[in-house]
Amino acid sequence: MSEAAALEHHEPVTSTGIPNKKVLMWAFLGSDCMFFGTLISTHLIYRKISATVGSNFLDIRDIFDIELTSFSTFILLASSLFMALAVSAIHKGNLNSTRWMLFGTIVFGVIFLACQVYEFTHFVNMEGNELTLSTYRGEPHVFGSTFYVLTGTHGTHVAIGVFWLLGWLVYSFTGKMSTADALDIECCGLYWHFVDIVWIIIFPVVYLMEYAF
Amino acid sequence: MAIESLKYVAPDTGVKTETKTFPRPGQHASGLVDWLTTIDHKKIGYMYGLSALFFLLVGGLEALLIRSQLWSHNMEVLTNRQYNQMFTMHGTTMVFLVIMPLSAAFFNFIMPLQIGARDVAFPRMNTLSLWCFIAGGITLNLSWFFTGGSPAIGWFGYAPLTDTRFAEVIGDMGPDFWVFSLQILGIASLLASFNFITTIINMRAPGMTMMRMPVFTWMTLIVSFLIILAFPAITVALAELMFDRTYGTNFFDFLEGGKPHLWQHLFWIFGHPEVYILILPAMGIVSEIIPVFSRKPLFGYGLIIFSGAIIGFMGFAVWSHHMFTTGMGVVATSAFSILTMLIAIPTGIKIFNWIGTMWGGRIRFDTPMLFALGFITMFMIGGFTGIMHSSVPIDAQHQDTYFVVAHFHYVLIGGALFGLFAGFYFWLPKMSGKLMNEKLGKLVFTLMFIGFNLTFFPMHYLGMIGQPRRTHSYNEGHGFETWNQIATIGSFILGVGIAIGVYQFLSSFFNKKLKAAGKNPWDARTLEWSLSSPVKEYNFSRTPIIKSRDQTWENNYGPRDKHSQKEPLDDHGIHMPDRSWCPLITAVGLFVMVLGMLFHQSIGPAGELVRNYTVAIGGGAVFVLGIILWSMEGPGGYHLFPKESEE
Repeated sequence: MSEAAALEHHEPVTSTGIPNKKVLMWAFLGSDCMFFGTLISTHLIYRKISATVGSNFLDIRDIFDIELTSFSTFILLASSLFMALAVSAIHKGNLNSTRWMLFGTIVFGVIFLACQVYEFTHFVNMEGNELTLSTYRGEPHVFGSTFYVLTGTHGTHVAIGVFWLLGWLVYSFTGKMSTADALDIECCGLYWHFVDIVWIIIFPVVYLMEYAF
Repeated sequence: MAIESLKYVAPDTGVKTETKTFPRPGQHASGLVDWLTTIDHKKIGYMYGLSALFFLLVGGLEALLIRSQLWSHNMEVLTNRQYNQMFTMHGTTMVFLVIMPLSAAFFNFIMPLQIGARDVAFPRMNTLSLWCFIAGGITLNLSWFFTGGSPAIGWFGYAPLTDTRFAEVIGDMGPDFWVFSLQILGIASLLASFNFITTIINMRAPGMTMMRMPVFTWMTLIVSFLIILAFPAITVALAELMFDRTYGTNFFDFLEGGKPHLWQHLFWIFGHPEVYILILPAMGIVSEIIPVFSRKPLFGYGLIIFSGAIIGFMGFAVWSHHMFTTGMGVVATSAFSILTMLIAIPTGIKIFNWIGTMWGGRIRFDTPMLFALGFITMFMIGGFTGIMHSSVPIDAQHQDTYFVVAHFHYVLIGGALFGLFAGFYFWLPKMSGKLMNEKLGKLVFTLMFIGFNLTFFPMHYLGMIGQPRRTHSYNEGHGFETWNQIATIGSFILGVGIAIGVYQFLSSFFNKKLKAAGKNPWDARTLEWSLSSPVKEYNFSRTPIIKSRDQTWENNYGPRDKHSQKEPLDDHGIHMPDRSWCPLITAVGLFVMVLGMLFHQSIGPAGELVRNYTVAIGGGAVFVLGIILWSMEGPGGYHLFPKESEE
């Protein structure tokens, strides 16, 4: 951001030249890395140790629907493209395009969430292979705990992102939106891309790996 | 890109500042409204300090009850369970509600002044941190009044102590209060740290390069990074524990496939950086005080900073030394043992640099300096016993004995608390504008120093001869009585010392007889001492342009070309932000949400579990409402036109 642009946005000029909000967002994302790192570690640590509890052997491939998850992964990745286009459009001051791209991001985010809701209900009610938060086939098991809490936390992040974007979509109809909001939408975009990247780690580590090792 | 100017580029007055969507209390807010809605980093610092000193007295009373129980063999001052509750609450209170917020008080008050900033980067978020901290403190202490009383699980909350099946009291809510209060306190610390990082990276005055920043500001930066990287681990661990306790998951439930060992790892991967989160601010304070009272520049400025950064970095690689006796295997144990020995090196570097600063200096033994010297000596004793524990066989011998209690109290009282008290005696004149009574200050130091050593030095010996920690009572015939009695007497002396100290801090704001401090009573070096005491709400009338590391000292004694300059006055004056209700509303929403979660379960008429989320959802709605109002309230603000002489 040039100094002229800074003046225009009434932003203080900063020591590094990077706007404060962006530094804040990066610091938050760094912190969130450790957050998901801890959750993913928990899942990986338990994955093999707890495959069998008593005589209750869990082959997660009996439960996973890898086609559906691959589809929702693709949808979430595609949403990142819309998000990037929305940020680009608001920088150029193209309101109409911004609005459509935000809308696209939201729709794809919602499709991802819908897939996850379907997946969870499907797993919990799967005939003969019920996987709940605390049990597998009605017996105590840990896989459900780590799986649902990890992917559910990611889903919560997506849902928060959807509400945030929804806020911007509503705001775009008030007539107040301008290039002055580009920085804020860009921060929203950073968050959205980050949540996507986390899924790019979760998908191979939690799903694909079960088919490889 | 410009490093030109840090002050708010004055907006066209009247254009955007007046478009208020939601009213913000303005310039003339006063009394209670002012304190509830303030976004001034100095007032937030006061409130952090005041609440932390209150919790210091609470946690201190708990400690005195523990010491009374241990006065002699088979005492019955407290029951077993009450004793467990006391050491749990004492530990949790002292770590999360005393040392961390006291550090936060100094971060808030001093750091923006040291880098020449108007305020922190996100003033309203700063207020939200404060209210979250207070909500967390209230939540934790509310536990006394509900089923089971306060938690009796230790400040570490090891599984399976937290397992609902092993609760001593049916429906024990103590651990739930503990979980939720730590979650809110975590939010408070995280928000504050994001804020401090942005402030230090982005809001330095022109010419204030990173390597000209005072050491205290550097330590603020390092501690903030430690907090944002360490707290997520405990957040996840606590969330998993909450799921275990509330929704029956099996993370730490060994009967159903979980591993209690995992809790220890998750707790200590947070817990060990936490130790450095507690001690590095005190090291920063001491690094400010020793040069001032030795009349010399700080020796090895760069080394002190880099060793601080290395301590912070390595702090993430030594957590398992808290778990040597859990059977992690030879390789892991050896690796953590070696890394723990290595971390002594940067700590030693700092101590040698402080000694190097004093060497050949004209030392003045004022109260801040006495506490700083107390810090160095006492922290060294704690450090030496720490190096002893890095050796696995010795650690196994000392595990769960009073030797360990002695070790970490030398680090946390002799280290952190002495450092923070040094900071109070050093900076309170800047905060209150009054000089404190030196004689009373020296009395406080003497009482604290003697009381502290009487209490904790005998514990080394008690631990060696086998007194177990976290144990309600001991039998006759072990020879524990004498030293325990000395420790108990010492603890009361320490308590009296701290109480007088707290009284002295508070009275310095109200006592009319105290002498005015003036701008720079200690003839100190850093930027905050160029301002009037107490500091005006706008801090700097004009943003200073920094030319050297010890700017105030150079201004007073240095050559002309090292004197700081000021940015030219502009016609718009200083833009001051309006106050805001939104942080308080948001924090209250969070508090209600937590209460709703704590009390959402009940037993129905047929003995079944009933879940009622009404209150939690209501609180959540207020929380979201607070955030929405926050984003909608206009920038607001007013302009001040101070004269140079009013800085």
